[in-house]
Amino acid sequence: MRQRAVADLSSLPTYGFGPKSPMWWGTLGFCAVEGMGFALAAGSYLYLVHVNPQWPLSAPPPDHWPGTVLTLLLLFSLWPNAVADRSARRQNLWAVRRDLYIMSVIGVLAVAIRLYEFAGLHVKWDQNAYGSITWILLGLHATHLITDLGDTLVLLVLMFTRHATGKRFSDVSDNAFYWYFVVASWIPLYLLIYWVPRWA
Amino acid sequence: MSATAATNEASDLRDTALDGPELRVRLSKTWGTESGLWGALTTVDHKIIGRRYLITTFVFLFLAGLAAVAMRLQLAQPESKLIGPDLYNQLFTMHGTTMMFLFGVPVGEAFAVYLVPLMVGTRNIAFPRLNAFSYWVFLFGGLFLWISFFLNIGPDVGWFAYVPLSGPEFSPGKRADTWAQMITFTEVAGLAVAIEIVVTVLKQRAPGMTLDRIPLFVWAVFINSLVIIFALPAVVVASSFLIMDRLIGTHLFNPAEGGDALLFQHLFWFFGHPEVYIIFLPATGMVSAIVVTFARRQAFGYLALVLSLIAVAFLSFGLWVHHMFTTGLPQLGYAFFTASSMLIAVPNGLQIFCWIATLWDGRPDFKTPLLFVLGFFFIFVAGGLSGVLLASVPLDTQVHDTYFVVAHFHYVLIGGAVFPILGAIYYWFPKFTGRMLSERLGRWHFWLAFVGFNVAFFAMHISGLMGMPRRVYTYTAEMNWGALNLVSTIGALMLAASFALFLFNILRSMRVGAIAGDNPWGAGTLEWATASPPPPHNFDRIPFVTSREPLWAERDSLPVVTGLRVDNRELIASTVTEARAELREPSPEPSIWPFLAAIATGITFVASIFSPWAVVWGGALVAITLIGWFWPKGSKEDEG
Repeated sequence: MRQRAVADLSSLPTYGFGPKSPMWWGTLGFCAVEGMGFALAAGSYLYLVHVNPQWPLSAPPPDHWPGTVLTLLLLFSLWPNAVADRSARRQNLWAVRRDLYIMSVIGVLAVAIRLYEFAGLHVKWDQNAYGSITWILLGLHATHLITDLGDTLVLLVLMFTRHATGKRFSDVSDNAFYWYFVVASWIPLYLLIYWVPRWA
Repeated sequence: MSATAATNEASDLRDTALDGPELRVRLSKTWGTESGLWGALTTVDHKIIGRRYLITTFVFLFLAGLAAVAMRLQLAQPESKLIGPDLYNQLFTMHGTTMMFLFGVPVGEAFAVYLVPLMVGTRNIAFPRLNAFSYWVFLFGGLFLWISFFLNIGPDVGWFAYVPLSGPEFSPGKRADTWAQMITFTEVAGLAVAIEIVVTVLKQRAPGMTLDRIPLFVWAVFINSLVIIFALPAVVVASSFLIMDRLIGTHLFNPAEGGDALLFQHLFWFFGHPEVYIIFLPATGMVSAIVVTFARRQAFGYLALVLSLIAVAFLSFGLWVHHMFTTGLPQLGYAFFTASSMLIAVPNGLQIFCWIATLWDGRPDFKTPLLFVLGFFFIFVAGGLSGVLLASVPLDTQVHDTYFVVAHFHYVLIGGAVFPILGAIYYWFPKFTGRMLSERLGRWHFWLAFVGFNVAFFAMHISGLMGMPRRVYTYTAEMNWGALNLVSTIGALMLAASFALFLFNILRSMRVGAIAGDNPWGAGTLEWATASPPPPHNFDRIPFVTSREPLWAERDSLPVVTGLRVDNRELIASTVTEARAELREPSPEPSIWPFLAAIATGITFVASIFSPWAVVWGGALVAITLIGWFWPKGSKEDEG
């Protein structure tokens, strides 16, 4: 079929940030999938609360302090995370390195505190259904902390190589976007794991 | 702030500087796949991967079909000794599991992987390496299931693997674990493709393809992908909970320790009912494409068709409990789920009226693809009618777990999905291969399949009403089910013969079929604007879309845009609603890493059946392959 040119797109940029970037939409898609997984696991938790006459089942409520400290750390991390996003959008390599470094430290701290959280649950996964679903909720979120930490570390190293150009800043921005999801998904889980056993 | 095109180098060759054969040759080189094993393992071309997906899903269709034939032979007469109860349990589980997870869900995605980039006028799917990864994971999951079956550790707990039957107490051994991990494989693959399709449709449409110019097939698979994104996590949660109960001693489904068996059913059917529509929605898109082309007019009620798709997608999440009417639920639950089960018939009916109106007002050309669509109307409507009956709790309670239900869901699944899919193969085969399927064999195929299907499954309504339960390996002569079962077996053999004919037609036509040309049906959508089969880069220049059927609106010459690079993979990222060109987005080069990541994933999934620690070391293995995947290599990946 014959063709006739109607527009020249030579001057378009080759990468963009936020909703301009297909990768941002892909990240949003993964957030939807994982968010649905969280919602269903949380729904299962509430279902089990509903079918059991007492909750928690033959175990004391978990020690909430490690979880509370982690929650405060995650809420605090929103600030350096927003700074990292802004530095990436400004394509300021020096600032991006600094911010990724800070976010990596926060990620390591978060994973370490998560270990204390497991220790403070006062129940094992194979003890009863309460123990099972509590470990699953905490473990599910732990995989997200670890995944984002891994991603942040790889990006941090990348920013010290010759690849630290153009599109990679957009990747840093998308990683910051994903961290918002990791923090946002934690808040309802925190309430479920630590406060429902006290209130139920 | 975005970078501009100021980073141009000496080698920055644009398609504005070239034309004709030279442009095509250069683009083919840039976007091509290496020949040989290395090329096969590293390719990221959506057409090659889509073709593999299609062939693989059809191989699974044939395997599951053979399992069905074996079961029908066993049931042809009372107290047959052909197949024992243990093998029979495995056969019906393999049949259902394969049809649902290795054919029904992935075949719609397979068509989408091949066709969506062509239909929206782009050069590759979004995230092409993820696409390659998803195919390998899907293949490994399917092989895992069938190799397990041949090693006598195939699952035997039914395709929905209810606890407590599938739990640690009643299913020792590895058979139920095989089922649960097969779910993990296929769902990882399915979710990956769904995200690719969503992003391709939202961000890679050719300039000018506004929302109301998106082809109906693309709308269907786009909405389907959204259903997948929100439904599949439920079955992943269900099967993960199951495998944890079995392997590491959790008690989620164990009532003795505060768990609940019905929780599994809720999780499974929260996925399982949308799954019916995950199988059906792409088929409606195929019907729309075929009806429009062969009616030779635009779709009647385009907006109504799109809104119906959206309505079906939403309502499909509100029906799951109608699979659980006999589990003893609160009265209000019955009322709600009966009402919603009946409600979904409305948008489905609306679609059927729109298609009939399109045909009514057009000049229908009754080629084989359209025959299969007409067969779909007949069978699917019949299945819908028995579905409305089953939405009523008293009737459902009476025929629960009988052959009436088996008849019903085969009418909706084979009628609603397999017939349109077969029509779609006849319709798009010329685009896939460059050759036409034989029309004469196609008609034979259709009539044999149509008659065989109805003989096989209509009789099951009656045997079900006579009380024959599903999933029994035999029955006594005194039940008087023998004659009806013999009829069903004869029908099943006819249906199987129709598939043999179909296979023969495909193999023969690939060698000696008539040459198709770019647009053998005179269709209007963009996949027909390029060669058959399409070149690696799909389009020499990206089309500029001015109408819903661009090839009908622009009969003399196709408007196109220029300015993309020729020596590097580049496509257009556009805005979500108006499809204004926004970026010259680089598209990934071939890579071995998705294949390696899929192998690492496969090892992790299979090993975790034997040791929970496999999740830990396997996770590290997967992480290494993912870093290899994402680490930029070569200068091409740094440009832009």
